[in-house]
Amino acid sequence: MRDSYEIVIGLEVHVELKTKTKIFCSCPTDFGGEPNSRCCPVCMGLPGALPVLNRQAMIYAARAGLALGCHVSTRSGQDRKNYFYPDLPKAYQISQFDRPLCRDGSLCIDCDGEKKTVGITRIHMEEDAGKLIHDEKRGTMIDYNRCGIPLIEIVSEPDLRSSREARAYLQKLRSVILYTGVSDCRMNEGSFRADVNLSVRKRGETSFGVRTEIKNLNSFAFVAKAIDYEAERQIALLEAGEPVLRETRRFDPATGKTFGMRVKESAEDYRFFPDPDLPDVRLSEEEIAAIADGLPELPDAKSLRFAKEYGLSEYDGGVLSADRALAEYFDAAARQTAYPKVLANLIMNELLGLCEEESFRSPIAVEHMASLSRLLGEGRINGATAKKLLRSMWERDEDPVRLAEEGNLWQIHDGEILRSLLASAILANPRLAEDYRRGKKHAAKALIGQVMAQTGGRANPAMLTELAEKALSEEEK
Amino acid sequence: MSDLICRTLAEHAEGLAKKEYSARELTLAYLRRIEEEDRAIGAYLCVLSEEALAAAREVDRARAEGRELSLLAGIPMAMKDNLCTRGIPTTCASRILNDYRPPYDATVWERLRSAGAILLGKTNMDEFGMGSTTEHSARQITKNPLDPTLTPGGSSGGSAAAVAAKEAAWALGTDTGGSVRQPAAFCGLVGMRPTYGTVSRYGLVAYASSFDTVGPITRTVADNAMALEAMIGEDPRDATSRTHPDPRFSRGIGEGVCGLRIGLVKEALASVEDEAVRNTLVSAAERYRAMGAQIVEISVPALTYSAAAYCVMACAEASSNLARYDGVRYGRRAERYESVEDLFHASRSEGFGAEVKRRLLLGTYVLSGGCAEGYYRRARAVRERLRDELREAFSSCDLLLMPVAPTPPFRLGEKTEQTALRFSEDLYCAPASLCGLPALSLPAGRTEGGLPIGIQLMGAPFSEGVLYRAGVCLEKEAKE
Repeated sequence: MRDSYEIVIGLEVHVELKTKTKIFCSCPTDFGGEPNSRCCPVCMGLPGALPVLNRQAMIYAARAGLALGCHVSTRSGQDRKNYFYPDLPKAYQISQFDRPLCRDGSLCIDCDGEKKTVGITRIHMEEDAGKLIHDEKRGTMIDYNRCGIPLIEIVSEPDLRSSREARAYLQKLRSVILYTGVSDCRMNEGSFRADVNLSVRKRGETSFGVRTEIKNLNSFAFVAKAIDYEAERQIALLEAGEPVLRETRRFDPATGKTFGMRVKESAEDYRFFPDPDLPDVRLSEEEIAAIADGLPELPDAKSLRFAKEYGLSEYDGGVLSADRALAEYFDAAARQTAYPKVLANLIMNELLGLCEEESFRSPIAVEHMASLSRLLGEGRINGATAKKLLRSMWERDEDPVRLAEEGNLWQIHDGEILRSLLASAILANPRLAEDYRRGKKHAAKALIGQVMAQTGGRANPAMLTELAEKALSEEEK
Repeated sequence: MSDLICRTLAEHAEGLAKKEYSARELTLAYLRRIEEEDRAIGAYLCVLSEEALAAAREVDRARAEGRELSLLAGIPMAMKDNLCTRGIPTTCASRILNDYRPPYDATVWERLRSAGAILLGKTNMDEFGMGSTTEHSARQITKNPLDPTLTPGGSSGGSAAAVAAKEAAWALGTDTGGSVRQPAAFCGLVGMRPTYGTVSRYGLVAYASSFDTVGPITRTVADNAMALEAMIGEDPRDATSRTHPDPRFSRGIGEGVCGLRIGLVKEALASVEDEAVRNTLVSAAERYRAMGAQIVEISVPALTYSAAAYCVMACAEASSNLARYDGVRYGRRAERYESVEDLFHASRSEGFGAEVKRRLLLGTYVLSGGCAEGYYRRARAVRERLRDELREAFSSCDLLLMPVAPTPPFRLGEKTEQTALRFSEDLYCAPASLCGLPALSLPAGRTEGGLPIGIQLMGAPFSEGVLYRAGVCLEKEAKE
């Protein structure tokens, strides 16, 4: 029943641009602060105030568009979107209606190993509204600090087909935008917001079903849950022969359900028209080219290069290139070592886990990471030691060679030493040899564990294992 | 009546510079006049005696110290109440802004104030600029000083009346669809609508953004040029602001009209029904010819649609510009409401007058889905066509001669009965508004009963100098 339906999803993502000042006035854009402390006649829409476009916002928007493979227009519009709401001081939002800044881009996503290209219909600039704060005692208060913060709205084609794909798209989009440096993309601070447009249809159908819009989703996890619930809800309706209503819905994280808002009598008519206070947005071809040139190497390109230059797998390349700071860190360290794969594993398996912040940051100097990877690659230390050293370096960054020297952590490859230790251990634990003889192979592990502990974790694990098994087998005779 | 208040701006500039009298004396003279006359005339919504005298004191001190001052320094003026004055009520003659005090000054006022202009008070207007009689003010009626049974025109009726009654040496008005030109004509004064964008709109409470301009109302043409020169200039806070390439209007103002090609618009002439207005227009053309100008017949077919196009577009922009008056942040909020929608609904219903509501409804309608194509976009097309035709016209003439209004000043109460919007009266003023062109209105004749009739000189962008030159000629010739 359910499989006979296809879920069609489009995502609209609003991203706050981190310009110093707002999009139409010179108020600062810092997050937080006393309510209504970062406002002026322009962003408050006071009588007689006029907007003037902040060109930095336009440049950032173009940068994001170019990073997403869009065509950037040399001439785009600025239009009024008219509606009444207390958080909208002018009772219109200045946006871009039929002539947006960017069009026709795309984003490659990897969803559980499956690759897909998702189309990006358009990206346009618009201004943010204020924030409504509901207070039990005083009623609804409004903070206009956020009013006028520059936003770009990134609209995807309805190419997504599952909540997992949606999540992959959002993660990749966020990663690319972070690379461009135009936003800090913090969903919890509202600088990265996703709205879902979802409809269902019978597989094989080409026309679209009625779609609903789900707004106010605060995390990727909620986006996924909302999609799953909404898809089920729509399918159930259609199966019952009932129509899906075109409406805007909200998601309740507590129940995991979407719910309709107050039904409006008619669809909102925004009466779009070109804002007479503002000329067209103009960007020369040269300016656009300069912005494109200024783009850093983006995740996909970086990932490919990592795979080629350092012999990494596609998956590893993807992980290491997802975060720009991480990618640059790895890249810098990889140039200093003959063991980039070892380095990659160290970073992915050990280092990333230590970093608790949202974006990558490491207190360990690039040279030290490179050095550590060399030590491990050359076999001078074993894996367990590398892990130990790394943790120590995280607390206090030091040259691993010195640490290894001071702690006498060099790996023991000497077969004589190992054999002798094994022999003593077997003598001291006759039961182990007996157990092994009786087929209890775990006895080998216990023996290895003991000897490893005796060496302070420095024994070469592979060699020790081999010798231990030999020693126990010999005892059998 | 003190002789001082009869002087022109040019005479004041000289008198003050020569220290024949002080700014304080002059200000007191005008304040006295206001006290004597304004109860009957009703030009002012608020009079700022203390502030004006304090400003006059400053100017006198500066002059005593030998500092170089602008020509307008120490000269008292009045300002229409839709221009923001920090801390001073700016109401647009509307209930919805009845106690609104802006936290900032309009750029044009900031510039005049730094030049030493003295502000006597804010003047009455049609609510938010919507009207042509000043009868749509929510506050009071303003009477035409030339005949108290007549309207002074609108929407800058208060500013025009103040100047005509000598309650100010000059005044600032705003012209969206003729609101400086028509009241100037009805009060026998000179009014200029400058090239769109050359005077900053920052701080001018918006009515129709692509039409609004700020312009001076004065007793003489030379005064007008002097005032406009002090106000003109690019403003980085106004994205539609433009630099005027040649703002020294007073220079060359006496060069005469010999050789100037003056176009008489065929469609305008044909549409005039009032005999006095027609005679004034024709006689003005004759007088120019006698002075050496060449009179050319020009056809501007799109003129016929200009009032309708203006009506649609101005109301559309207004419906959006006035949406911010929702009672939430400032202005009048209704006392009783059940919900947010109710708050908006009640505040606006109670706060806006009938004329404003009519225009907002019309404006919202012509922008709404299903109608926008037929109305708003059609009007835009007319605007483009008119722009092309006028550009064409200015290739064969230097300025155009047209009426200002279809009739001489009419009685108060005569037109308020009609509920149909009377945009057809804006027929002659609409073209300059639609195309952002400069246009000067000046007295050119009288009715049999002695009422003033003005004519309008309209030019290509940035041609204010030519308009003033031609204006001065007619003015001089009338005196002779």
